[in-house]
Amino acid sequence: MKTFWRYLPLLLLALAWEAIARLELVSSLALPPLSAVIASWFDLIKSGELVTNGASSLYRAAAGLGLSIVVGTTLGIFMAWWRPVNALLSPIVEVFYPMPKSALIPVTVLWLGFGDGSKILLIFLGCMLPITIGAFNGARSSDQALVWSARSMGAGRLRVLRDVVLPSAMPELLNGIRTALALSFILLVSSELIVARQGFGYLIGFLGANGSYEPMFAVVLTVAFLGFAADRAYQAIVRRVLLWREQTI
Amino acid sequence: MARTDDLTADEAHARARGHAALPLPTFLGALARGSMHAIVILAVLVGWEVVARSGMVTPFMLPAFSAVLERIWTDATTGELFINIGLTLYRALTGFFIAAAGGIVLGMAMSRSVGVNWLFDPIISVGFPMPKIAFLPVVILWLGFYDVSKISMVVLDAIFPVVTATLAGIRGVERELIWSARNMGANDRELLWQIIFPAALPQIMTGLQVALPIALIVAVVAEMMMGGYGLGGGMMTASRFADSRGVFAGIVEIAVVGYCLVKGMALIRRRLLLWHQEALEPSTA
Repeated sequence: MKTFWRYLPLLLLALAWEAIARLELVSSLALPPLSAVIASWFDLIKSGELVTNGASSLYRAAAGLGLSIVVGTTLGIFMAWWRPVNALLSPIVEVFYPMPKSALIPVTVLWLGFGDGSKILLIFLGCMLPITIGAFNGARSSDQALVWSARSMGAGRLRVLRDVVLPSAMPELLNGIRTALALSFILLVSSELIVARQGFGYLIGFLGANGSYEPMFAVVLTVAFLGFAADRAYQAIVRRVLLWREQTI
Repeated sequence: MARTDDLTADEAHARARGHAALPLPTFLGALARGSMHAIVILAVLVGWEVVARSGMVTPFMLPAFSAVLERIWTDATTGELFINIGLTLYRALTGFFIAAAGGIVLGMAMSRSVGVNWLFDPIISVGFPMPKIAFLPVVILWLGFYDVSKISMVVLDAIFPVVTATLAGIRGVERELIWSARNMGANDRELLWQIIFPAALPQIMTGLQVALPIALIVAVVAEMMMGGYGLGGGMMTASRFADSRGVFAGIVEIAVVGYCLVKGMALIRRRLLLWHQEALEPSTA
């Protein structure tokens, strides 16, 4: 009941959409009724278009994000642990961090063409820096006393890394990955909207260019919902992973 | 694994440095950091030039940095550079200011009124993690290909961090502060503008600092999608004609503009929050 009350405005928004479209307050081309959009969503699922395009989009996002998590985490912890690396890399990170990664869309296309490769590279490059910064800040802030006590009790460097630095870097690292998750969707959709022959963005552009706006709205809503759902699922997982920490805070 | 082995090899060195490092005077530290930055950036640019000239990659894949600079210079002399930068900045900043004003007002309204909060809270919390850029074709459908749709897209994307930051900032204001102001006879308006807004300003500024790069990104992507003038549009035109110098020139321009915007915003923050205790912390130096 409480959840219902909380999310009632969204339901009202959906109803308002349906009402505005049905009463033809705006042209049905500009805003097809929600019910028609839902119906065309089922058509898209049945014809398999949404599934194949969605699969290729999700593959790109997952590959790019996965790569950036591995490389970004390694780089960030490396930077926090070894000063020369930090001195070398932190200016690069600082300069490239504010740079809009979408600017790289045309370059990745020049390098790797229209297919999966250019999107994966783009998502990898875009998502790496937030993760690097998260891992760096997290690892840097690990309690020096903990490191020293682990060392004095005979833990080797690797052991300290695994049992002290990595766990204490976790909250910030996971936060960085959350930013990267949202970014991966944004980069994916924008690159596919601009140049692609497959994927959600391509499907949106294709349907829009054909004037079939009902399925276009359906795909747009699907992408938006997937982005939202991924974030919520991620947060649920993070809460699980950080359960041990909750008690100390 | 190899990386962590390297760590061990340099262990003594790193630790010795960590212990021996005496706190330099902050000015000297900043100077050293700044020159280090300049050196590394220079090294990256020199590396770019060397790689491009060595013949390892074709000039199409990676034109030399000097060639890209030459291209930017030509664009600057014909004036096209300034038209593109001006248009992109106009779209990004107009959208940003609308989002900033709207976001702060909405955040305040949500914190003051239960009804407004009830209405907007689910929309904000569901909308924030969504990739709003997916709505770009819908916005084009409604508002056409011109500046209005680009600016609307910027507003749609940039407003979320401002609203959430304003809300968090206002909710974090100390109750004692509000009580004392009330006690001394402040009315609602004075309370809002003289107590709550300044106290929430650090958080609001953080939200604006998040929103500004978003505004630039969205403006560039919208231009890429719709074509025409502007930094994004220029890059797409260059890309269609396989003009890789033009593409790289666009990247350099966008990187510089983005860097200046972010640094400018940090400067404004320091100015606005001089009175705040965060200005005393060395971390902002």
